Amino acid sequence: MSLGNDSGSVPTPGNKALLAAAGVCLAIPLVALLWVGSYAKETPRIGSIPFFFWYQFLWVIITSALTYTAHRLVIAARRPRAGSAEHAR
Amino acid sequence: MSAPLAVHSGVNGAALTVLIVLFVVVTVLGFLATRFHRGDTLASLDEWGLGGRRFGTWVTWFLLGGDLYTAYTFVAVPAAMFATGAVAGFFAVPYTIILYPIVFVFMARLWSVSHRHGYITSADFVQGRYGSRSLSLAVAVTGFLATMPYIALQLVGIQAVLDVAGLGGSGNWLAKDLPLFVAFAVLAAYTYTSGLRAPAVIAFVKDVLIYLVIIVAIVYLPHKVGGWDAIFGAAKDKMATTNAATGKPTGAFIPSSQQFWAYATLGLGSALALFMYPHSITASLSAKSRNTIRRNAAILPAYSFVLGLLALLGWVAIAAKTNPVGVDGKPNAQLVIPQLFEDFFPGWFAGVAFAAVAIGALVPAAIMSIAAANTFTRNIYKEWLRPDATDAEEAKVSKLMSLLVKAFALIFVLTMDRQNAINFQLLGGIWILQTFPAVVLSLYTRWFHRRALLLGWAVGMVYGTVAAYRVASPTTHHFGGSLADIPGLGEMGYIAMTAFVLNVVVAAVVSAVLHAMHVANGTDGTEVTDYHADVDDPRVASDVP
Repeated sequence: MSLGNDSGSVPTPGNKALLAAAGVCLAIPLVALLWVGSYAKETPRIGSIPFFFWYQFLWVIITSALTYTAHRLVIAARRPRAGSAEHAR
Repeated sequence: MSAPLAVHSGVNGAALTVLIVLFVVVTVLGFLATRFHRGDTLASLDEWGLGGRRFGTWVTWFLLGGDLYTAYTFVAVPAAMFATGAVAGFFAVPYTIILYPIVFVFMARLWSVSHRHGYITSADFVQGRYGSRSLSLAVAVTGFLATMPYIALQLVGIQAVLDVAGLGGSGNWLAKDLPLFVAFAVLAAYTYTSGLRAPAVIAFVKDVLIYLVIIVAIVYLPHKVGGWDAIFGAAKDKMATTNAATGKPTGAFIPSSQQFWAYATLGLGSALALFMYPHSITASLSAKSRNTIRRNAAILPAYSFVLGLLALLGWVAIAAKTNPVGVDGKPNAQLVIPQLFEDFFPGWFAGVAFAAVAIGALVPAAIMSIAAANTFTRNIYKEWLRPDATDAEEAKVSKLMSLLVKAFALIFVLTMDRQNAINFQLLGGIWILQTFPAVVLSLYTRWFHRRALLLGWAVGMVYGTVAAYRVASPTTHHFGGSLADIPGLGEMGYIAMTAFVLNVVVAAVVSAVLHAMHVANGTDGTEVTDYHADVDDPRVASDVP
């Protein structure tokens, strides 16, 4: 993530839109899980398992997928673009 | 169900044999680990303390998994579920989920700048960023103090399984504590010789055992106690009963609306704090590239899933009417999982489960002692006592310090009440979060003033310590829990989070004032490009073999 001190002469952070999309992927789990009121309830159950529990287990998987997506997005955003200065020897 | 009261009639022979055999296996692995991804020499902190900084994605996954999900976690989370329910126990799940997006954001930057400058601890970075010895010392001392009780608690985890296996109970103090003493002496020996490579290799065994045991238990146990309906029913009934000591309900089945803040702040505060611990930073910096860290942020949640299943085993124990009583005859919720396994599984499988917990204690204990020793060597010994120490001397001091740290933890657990270790661990969590602004905010900006960060840290430390001291519970007058009233909000919240907010506010306000007065903010030893450097960066390639 690029914030603050990256000044103009620096070849790093690339595509701003892709980086912003990665940021959204990373923010979603925080909002979902810190909003406890949205899931602190017993129903609907899956089998006998109250909503509160299966919902949080589900978020383990969703977060893993979102974090991996963010990882690919950041790699794509930082990929040296054609025409930009030489990147590494 | 076997009669719970008859359990402690003696030593569980089969379980103990399996436990000892597995322990011997990991001991051999620990000593052989010196050959793992071997470098030219072990006589530098990079090699001994960071495994040469060349662990790939999977080694890092096992190492971080073995490091973060400690034996104490495996004992304490289901114990909390068993005793007081979802707020105290299940918050571990959202905590270890939101942890990874947060780590994804800042840890790659810390990895990059540390690689460019050879930083080994977070205090090294703070020193480089501001040239401020006092702020760096504050970060180092906080990390060191917060880690000590954490190591001691790993011993509590080992004690719990030895207790249920029938060892370490009656008799004189030597017979009682000898097994623990032997386990720690062996751990100390292979950590000394192999450094971070030892826990990296042993973590593989630990994690495989943990996954195996928990998956078997979660598949097999529920139908033995009447199915998930019966389990959730029994837990709901127990949590709704009135606690005789407080006159309030025993615990929470699902957080009530008065507990939303508690649940959310416990999760967020713990997630922000975890990667400030020296042992988390050590394991992260041993990764071989930026992307190793980020890929791991996506695959480490697998452990969180297992931790959630383990938490539910605390409720399986309620339905199973598990009666966790120590060899000393006193009830002890911490024994609930080992006891559940001994009641329901054949001796040999209970032994595998006990080994998973005991080995699960050795991995974090090793990494924590290495990390605490590195912190001492770099930020106290070299910085304040022997500025001209060579690489070889640093490694030597760190190795000796790792022994001292473990000896201290052992003495702590053997001579003090277990409750003391838990109190200090609670304080450690509050303290370590107070280093977050100085480390993480500084990764992005130098707007914060070094003196303001130091003042904010001090305010957070004092507030957090006093607030925790004032929490009473039915069993203790002080340090009775991690929740307190959030001033001005009328809600209960995690003390560490309140202290953290105060810390940031003080740091921001004082920074603004100091900037207005044009007070110099130290010298920055880093440059902008350092924060994105990766292994394929030509300047990094020259540092990394």
